[in-house]
Formats: sequence, C-alpha cells, structure tokens
Amino acid sequence: MRNSIRDAARVASNTYPLSRFRSIEERLGILAFTTMLLFAMTQGLFAHEFKAGEIEIVHPWSRATPDGAKVAAGYITLKNGGTEPDRLISATGEIAGKTEIHEMAVDANGVMTMRPVEGGVEIRAGETVELKPGAFHIMFMNLKQGAKQGEKFKGTLTFEKAGTVDVEFDVQAIGGATEHNGHGG
Amino acid sequence: MAANARVWRNRLIASTILAVLVFGSLGVGLAVGLFRPTAQQTVEIGGPFTLTDQNGAAFPDSNLRGKPFTVFFGFTHCPEVCPTTLWEMSEALKALGPDADKLRVLFISVDPMRDTPDVLSRYMQSFDQRIVGLTGSEEDIATVGKAYRAYWEKILTDDGDYTMNHTASIFMMDADGRFIGTIAYEEKADVRLAKLKRLISGS
Repeated sequence: MRNSIRDAARVASNTYPLSRFRSIEERLGILAFTTMLLFAMTQGLFAHEFKAGEIEIVHPWSRATPDGAKVAAGYITLKNGGTEPDRLISATGEIAGKTEIHEMAVDANGVMTMRPVEGGVEIRAGETVELKPGAFHIMFMNLKQGAKQGEKFKGTLTFEKAGTVDVEFDVQAIGGATEHNGHGG
Repeated sequence: MAANARVWRNRLIASTILAVLVFGSLGVGLAVGLFRPTAQQTVEIGGPFTLTDQNGAAFPDSNLRGKPFTVFFGFTHCPEVCPTTLWEMSEALKALGPDADKLRVLFISVDPMRDTPDVLSRYMQSFDQRIVGLTGSEEDIATVGKAYRAYWEKILTDDGDYTMNHTASIFMMDADGRFIGTIAYEEKADVRLAKLKRLISGS
C-alpha cells in the first residue's frame, strides 16, 4: 500500500514538474518569487500618483503634526497634460474639519505671510504647479486627529474642470525634508 | 605729435588710476559704514519681559542671564514655519551635543488666546525638551514683541477663524541679553549650526 502511494507520487512528480519542488526551501523560494512578481506587477498601485482628467497628481504629502496641533499642511505636484488651463479650487482631508488653499511667503523683513488663495491655484495647459513648503499649500484646519509619520490619510482634490478626485496624503516627518531646504540632520 | 599722444595717454592712465583709488576707497568706506551697525550690535532688540512657561510658571527675562539664548515668535495653529523651525532647532540642539546646555531656546506664542500653557505644554512635547514655550496675557506678549521688534497680525479666514502673519526669524541674544543677530527661516542647517556655535562661544 505504502509502496503504491510512493509510486503514485513518483508518477505524479514526473507528470507535474512543479511538484518536484518538494523541500520546504524550494516551496518558500517559489512563494517568495511569486510574491515579488505580484508586487512588481501591482507597482502602479503603490506609485502614489492619481489622475483627474488631464491633471496628473503626483505624491500628495503632509508633515507629521506636533502633539495637539490643530493645523497641518498638504503638498502636491500637479501636472496639466491637457490643452486647457484648470484650477485646483478646493481640497479636503479626512483628518481636518475644514480645508483651505493658502499661499505662504516670507518677505524681505523675515515676516511670514499667509493668505487664502482666491479662486484656487491655476495650472496652465502643459505646465506643472508645485504646492510645496514656502509656497502654496493645502491647509488642513480644525484637525480631528494628528497626522502621524509613516501613515496616510485620505482626502479629495477638486478641480474646476477635471472635477473631484480621491487622493491619499503620505505623512512624512515634522521637518519632512524636501530637496529645497538643506536639512542636514 | 607722437610725444603729445603719449603724454595724453599717460594722463589718461593716471586719472583712471586716481578714479579707481577714489571710488574704491569710497566703496570700502561705505561698506564698512554699512556693516558696522550689525558688527557693533547697535540695534536695540531685546528687553525685559515676564511671561508664563508651558508648565504655568512665571518666566521673567532675568531667568536668561548668564547664557546666550534664541527667541522665536510663532503660534501652534501654524502649519509650516513654526513646527519646521522648532524641529530644526531641536535638530540643532542634538547636533550641538553637550554644548546645547550652554544655550537656551525660547518659543514665544503670539497667539496667547489659543496658546494656553496647557496647549503649549502638549505641543512642545514633540520637540527637544530643552526648548521653552512661553505665553502670557495679550499685554505681556505685546511688551515682549515690541522689545524684540517682532511683527504679527491676525488674518481672518472666511468663517471668523484666523491665522497669523508673523516674524519668522530667530533672534540670537548673548548672555547679557544683547542682540547678536538673526537666523532666517530656511537658513541652511550648517549655517544655522555655525551661527549657534558662534553664539555659544561668545565670539
């Protein structure tokens, strides 16, 4: 009886080559390889890009907020691949009670000025607009919860023409470095 | 004729040299004159104040004698400049190592209505624990703001809420409370660290 099972197994392993990988290492290897393959195939889902009509939305991000903070800023790169100008007119974030689009600047006297942007941020046809530290940002206000480093929170962006699109903001460190400021440490 | 031309050429060269000397020395004089005020700290920034720290204790400026200190004005409802600056100063303190204890770092709220000691206490937990958060009455804040020539204003948003414009530079003060200079927002980390080291060494 035992022999016949072994014979059957041998026949099967010759018939179905995959079952030749009998050792646990081989099977783990196959599993790992398959997982990697799957991951590679689904990279598009992790690439952190969104699209609304002709507007390509690259890497929405935010910074972790200090304890008890009531505001956070969101940053984003918007590329208009179309032939018509569009405007980012509003945004929301699930952590915020209220969200506005602001423009920030530091003047010659070292005074930081901030103002709500009237009518939204224009993205001309074929151009790219960056909402980044020291310039335009999405201002999340009346925070219901803080933004924690390494987490993501959902939000929406509404464009005048391209409509509303769901996005996810990637939360980086409080001083979340950008290529523009030379944080050494 | 040739001799005459040579004379003229020599005169031209001589007057050119003279002009360069005159304007050059004028320029140097002007530059020295321009830079002297900062070098000699004649700008009157700083002065007495009494505020409340994040633990609710009174914090008079006399607490600061004997060590250089930095002052930054901000508010906790600040999306970018304030958390970034506090984070950068935390990083700088870390980088200074043991020398960090020779320096005091102050964060003064220009929004005392919302920034109570409790709010500040919680907020400051996210940064280096040596940074002192200060608040006070509207009058107390006005007094210290005037002393440091800091500027701020409320900007109303559409639903009666407000945000603020404010001086975003860090004031560097020596052990006697005299103004030494500023660190600008977005100053590079190495420049900021060099300035703080110079402030600590007192040179």
